[in-house]
Amino acid sequence: MPDPVTPLRIVVAEDAALLREGLVRILERAGHEIVAAVADGQALLTYVASTAPDIVITDIRMPPTHTDEGLRAAAIIRAEHPGVAIMLLSAYVADAYVGDLLDSAPGGGIGYLLKDRVGHVRDFLDSVDRVAAGGTVVDGEVVRQLVRRRHADGPLATLTDREREVLALMAEGHTNNAIAGKLFVSEAAVRKHIGNIFAKLPLDPASDRRVSAVLTYLRG
Amino acid sequence: MSRFPDAWSAVRGRPVRFLTSVWPWRALAYVASTLPIGLAWLLVMVVVLGVGVATIVVVAGLFVLAGLPTLAHLAARGERWRIRLVIPGRRGPLAPRDGRRPLSWPEMGVTVLLATLFWLVDAVALVLLTAPVVLLLAPLLVRYDTLEVAGWRVDGTGKAWAAVAVGLVALVLVLYAITALACGQAALVRQLLDPPEARLVEAVAQLRKSRSGLVDAFETERRRIERDLHDGVQQRLVALTMTLGSAELDLPSGPGLELVREAHQQAEQALADLRTTIRGIHPQVLTDHGLAAAVHEIAGRSPVPVHLDLAVEGRLPPAIEAAAYFFVSESLTNVAKHAHARSAQVHAWTSDGTLVVSVVDDGIGGADPQAGTGLAGLRARLDALDGELDVTSPAGGPTQVRMTCQIQ
Repeated sequence: MPDPVTPLRIVVAEDAALLREGLVRILERAGHEIVAAVADGQALLTYVASTAPDIVITDIRMPPTHTDEGLRAAAIIRAEHPGVAIMLLSAYVADAYVGDLLDSAPGGGIGYLLKDRVGHVRDFLDSVDRVAAGGTVVDGEVVRQLVRRRHADGPLATLTDREREVLALMAEGHTNNAIAGKLFVSEAAVRKHIGNIFAKLPLDPASDRRVSAVLTYLRG
Repeated sequence: MSRFPDAWSAVRGRPVRFLTSVWPWRALAYVASTLPIGLAWLLVMVVVLGVGVATIVVVAGLFVLAGLPTLAHLAARGERWRIRLVIPGRRGPLAPRDGRRPLSWPEMGVTVLLATLFWLVDAVALVLLTAPVVLLLAPLLVRYDTLEVAGWRVDGTGKAWAAVAVGLVALVLVLYAITALACGQAALVRQLLDPPEARLVEAVAQLRKSRSGLVDAFETERRRIERDLHDGVQQRLVALTMTLGSAELDLPSGPGLELVREAHQQAEQALADLRTTIRGIHPQVLTDHGLAAAVHEIAGRSPVPVHLDLAVEGRLPPAIEAAAYFFVSESLTNVAKHAHARSAQVHAWTSDGTLVVSVVDDGIGGADPQAGTGLAGLRARLDALDGELDVTSPAGGPTQVRMTCQIQ
């Protein structure tokens, strides 16, 4: 296994023991330190407060109500420990989640992945690194579903199809290099598209333009 | 204990089985109890009517007579209970116990019959019964006196035993007669108090209740299956893909790695299939977050752009949520398959305790409302919830599919 650029201190919250152990094993083998592995939102909050991790990886559906404990815990973590990056795992696409996620206060990186992606270990570890570094990673399937329902009169209407394509890949957390590879264009062409996107969208000047563009995109 | 469901089927059954069943004795109990009860009601009626009519000039009589419907109701109540001796089974619907009740002619009729005709006829039947009883006791009775039954003198032991034989036959005949009489009276009372239409109305209400109970049970079961699949198989498959994914990172390239990659893909396909299956049974997002979130998810999967306008607050009963979910899912599938539409709209709202969901597309129209097993299945589902499904699809469009359903 490749060593991560920086070993991360991670809290994992997942109620299914099999998956929790699997996650811990994958992350530890990648050189990260699991400071706690818990099974519900309450324990997650307790450990985040006491261990100050770099990133939290949490299932959304956990006991006791099996609805959105993970998401609610994430909102509290965001409010109380804004520096902690949060990676949410969901068994299905529910864009109510995405809305809540994006409306949370600015802070560390945010990720939202379908659980199925965890099996692509290398991609998953990459996503964890990117979120820990302050990036936004949203599952490609979620992005696709959001795009399909985009309102025609939103801020994105000003973008060309190609620019929207580039932005969708940015939302999935890809680097310029990776985007260039996927679209079969040069990295310079990607940078040019991104420049156009930044120019066309009303972005928040106080934050990272890349993150801000992705958020605008996801909010539609 | 009883091999017959009621007295009348016992009468029509084989004599040996009839005579060894409980029904002749129940019929006898019915007929015998009619006598004192009928007499008592006759007395009550005579007194009430007498006092009422006598005091009518001083107005007090009006109040006394006003009590008649209540008395008739009491008598009818008693009769409803008593006919179960010969026609068992569920009691008919009982009117509320309290309050002044309006005059009910059927109840009055039953009371008058009980106080006059019934007890008289039943008294005759009981008198008839004494003949076989006396004949059966003949060997005992001749020791003290000679007997004369219907003009036949019975004296001496030989004749007495002959009398027993005659008595047995007579007893059988009288028991048949008494049972038939009880059946006739009970049927008449039931006809008056619980006419067949009322019984049908009640049966329909009962059926509706049990049907909606079934639908609820069905829905609960689907949710349980969904939870089981999610908590069991799905978690295991995800764990399996994680293990295979880790193995891919460790293995040197070669045929072994290729096989593991293949296994990984197969596990992912299984996971995708399972996800589709769960969505068809009862989608997780519907269980967890209700109709609006689940419809968002359907719209997200639709290849035709969908505009949503969902004004449904909070959670609805699970069976209705599920029906509405599958309605939207099926309708949008049809839009994608047949409508050649550029976009579709889903509206959902509640008003006056009714949920309305409509799916409109801007396609070519001309959809056959009867076609498609999907919509037929939905119609059946909605029927069970007393909901409705309308399809309007003129040639050239637009097509509108609409469901309405009462929220209990």
